[in-house]
Amino acid sequence: MSTLQPPVLAIDNLRVEYPLANGSTFTAVENASIVIEPGEIHALVGESGAGKTTIGNAVMGLLEKPGRIAAGTIRIGGKLFDPLTGSAEGVVLGRDIGAVFQDPMTSLNPLFTIESQLTETMRTHLKLDKAAARARALQLLKAVGIPEPERRLKAYPHQLSGGQRQRVVIAAALSCDPKLVVADEPTTALDVSVQAQILTLLRDLPDQRGIGILLVTHNMGVVAQIADRVTIMHRGKVVETGPTAEVLRHPKAPYAKALIGAVPRIDARLDRFPVLGQEGKGRAEDARTALRAKAERTDTIADGTPILSVENLCVDYVTGGWLPGSTGHRFRAVDKVSFAVRSGEVFGLVGESGCGKTTIANVVSGLVRPTSGRVVYRDAVVAGEGGARRAGPLRQAIQMIFQDPYSSLNSRLRIGSILAEPILFYRLAATKAEAARDVDQLIEAVGLEAEAAQRFPHAFSGGQRQRLSIARALGARPKLIVCDEPTSSLDVSVQAQILNLLKDLRDATGLTLLLISHDLAVVRQMCDRVAVMQRGRLLEEAASETLFAAPQHPYTKELISLVPTLDRIRGEIQAA
Amino acid sequence: MLKVLLSRLGQAALVMLVVSALSFVMFRYVGDPVASMSRENASAEEKAELRRSLGLDQPVVVQYGCFLENTLSGNLGISYRNQRPVTQLIAERLPATLELVFVATVLSLALGIPLGVLCALKPNGAAARLVQALSLIGISTPTFVTGIVLILVFAVSLGWLPSFGRGQVVDLGWWSTGLLTLSGLKALILPGITLALYQLTLIMRLVRAEMIDVLSSDYIRFAKARGLPKRYIHFHLALRNALMPVITVTGLQIGSLIAFAIVTETVFQWPGMGLLFIQAVSFVDIPVMAAYLLFVGLLFVLINTVVDILYAVVDPRLRARSA
Repeated sequence: MSTLQPPVLAIDNLRVEYPLANGSTFTAVENASIVIEPGEIHALVGESGAGKTTIGNAVMGLLEKPGRIAAGTIRIGGKLFDPLTGSAEGVVLGRDIGAVFQDPMTSLNPLFTIESQLTETMRTHLKLDKAAARARALQLLKAVGIPEPERRLKAYPHQLSGGQRQRVVIAAALSCDPKLVVADEPTTALDVSVQAQILTLLRDLPDQRGIGILLVTHNMGVVAQIADRVTIMHRGKVVETGPTAEVLRHPKAPYAKALIGAVPRIDARLDRFPVLGQEGKGRAEDARTALRAKAERTDTIADGTPILSVENLCVDYVTGGWLPGSTGHRFRAVDKVSFAVRSGEVFGLVGESGCGKTTIANVVSGLVRPTSGRVVYRDAVVAGEGGARRAGPLRQAIQMIFQDPYSSLNSRLRIGSILAEPILFYRLAATKAEAARDVDQLIEAVGLEAEAAQRFPHAFSGGQRQRLSIARALGARPKLIVCDEPTSSLDVSVQAQILNLLKDLRDATGLTLLLISHDLAVVRQMCDRVAVMQRGRLLEEAASETLFAAPQHPYTKELISLVPTLDRIRGEIQAA
Repeated sequence: MLKVLLSRLGQAALVMLVVSALSFVMFRYVGDPVASMSRENASAEEKAELRRSLGLDQPVVVQYGCFLENTLSGNLGISYRNQRPVTQLIAERLPATLELVFVATVLSLALGIPLGVLCALKPNGAAARLVQALSLIGISTPTFVTGIVLILVFAVSLGWLPSFGRGQVVDLGWWSTGLLTLSGLKALILPGITLALYQLTLIMRLVRAEMIDVLSSDYIRFAKARGLPKRYIHFHLALRNALMPVITVTGLQIGSLIAFAIVTETVFQWPGMGLLFIQAVSFVDIPVMAAYLLFVGLLFVLINTVVDILYAVVDPRLRARSA
């Protein structure tokens, strides 16, 4: 690294504003200063709304209207960025700055071939002819490690896996040899094993090509693994900045401490997640006690006996073949899976996307019919062989919490009506007034104010919505709640609150939870027992502590080792 | 691909079978053909004789079989009114309607797509707002009103264009075309605009909505981040994605244009299928009505099949599924 070169990116006291309809302005970024030297990865972390993506967009001149740079300067390779033209003189977006976006599934145009999307950039900026651009595209695909590059050039995006698409996106970003790459959450949408590969690839760019990378992410583990320096942002302001090891090991600012503390750890189990500020106690606890009393009235509480057993479950998905005589394609999503959940425990089901874990959740909830095998709740077969149509009490006993709190609440109903629905449906309250009282109690039990009942879902943040989804599930007075990735669309600090809430509710009401997740750290913190799945099969099932301390199956070992964690900080490993 | 094609054709045949059954039911139960065909003072024997000669004394299923057989061999019966084969009547009228619909479709696509793109790229510009406001008028004014207003202005007041008929036509085999003579082209303008107006606004609004959607998608953001020229992003990358639903709607609209050109044809006295149908209705000319029903059904089925195939051509994701 030569010190004579100007930094690839120097942001000085940047301020980005969005004028609002009422004449005032919203400041998205305030006084942010960042310097990236050639060959350096600088991570920008923070929770949603922290302004980290805004900085990335400002650098590329892609601020969404009516956002504007109100103060401060951006220099790219020493050249000053002009907010009026949206670029620096002599710096061409796509040629000198490459971009990698979050979701590889949507950042490639579905109607054009990989070749067309790779070569169009080079033909525009480098004025290459078709053959030269093609040859270079082939080289790039090889460089990012895509097998059979000749064949892939002719492919369309949908014919590639998520990891391969992200490699193509990276290849496109590199196509004109940029000095700076802006990578906005480049691995967030990927599985851990694919994430590990992409992170290695990203780390190679500065090491082998001297590129500077601005890495926007919310994942502390990713930062620890590949970043040289890190800047933590909170509500548009830079809270702390410095070398990765220093900031992650010894954060100074209170927010930085809290944020790093809220990251679920995979190396040790804590009783509770440390969270920022006060957690609503008092009223919430009263409400939970009341819930518990109601639960006791109807049934026996957690006693460790099996409450749900899944026996030899198989689920096939069939595509096509609806014409008489044709069989179509059969895909086995779940293959002879058996496990039992004991009453009162938190049972975790982990695996990468496509491993069949959500399918199992859907079978248990009665949303998908099994092909063979069965699911038994207490003594009743609720799905599969010998199972009748699920009766009311059985449906009531098993409730579900979904992944996306934005689409799982009906946006046209008030919270009060949404929460009263299961109560009235299962006739758990004699009158509407009584149901309304129950609703208030539920809202308080999940740590919100009772007046929330009067409002519509859009008035709440993602974390609050997820609390309301939990309240809705609790409203039916279930014995078992199936939680399908309940926190994967939430920020870490909100995730910590929701997971604490689930733990508290479990302790207060003796609920049993079936937790489906791809996040091993969350599973370690939450679950008593864990089962690991891969390609529809159950590989290993053990008590959570045993599994994480001494994984038996090679796949489990690999999964655990691939999770980027705060303990494996890049600078320190190299120094050691 | 072949499998998809075959299954589509199978579905099409099934739909046509149902349509033919409906058409047959119309024959059988709407009015009594014997009553409308025989003289007013015909005796009971004469009527029975006529009934036998028409095959109406046979069981319903046999009659339906006969009907299907006749239909498949191209024999759609004889018009009660002018005592000519219905097939011949339709063949005479078909070119007029198809030419009108062709002109209207070309007009609406050629104007609707660029206007839609314009409105999507500069949603707050003066031109876009004007087009939007006009399109609201276009979509809410009934066809007969536009037709009459156009006649009033351009035919009656200004006297530039004819108000009715096809003008001079040239016969190319059995196809008579108005596209080759000046008076034929002039005659096409007003009814063409009248018929196109609704579809034009529909396509414009659809393109606008789709385009706005596509422009905010990740792959367009990614294209911008690669510094590709604006024009290339808008008209090469984005437009192709935005046109997917336009294919469906245009296909369906062509069907309804043919089926519902009735109003325009009546206003402009256009000698097409629609006029034929209207006349058939007022004279209870059941063979013509039934044939029209069959024909419109066939058109819809054909167009939908073509649209499905086009979809697979444009969208590689659909191609892969069938491969």
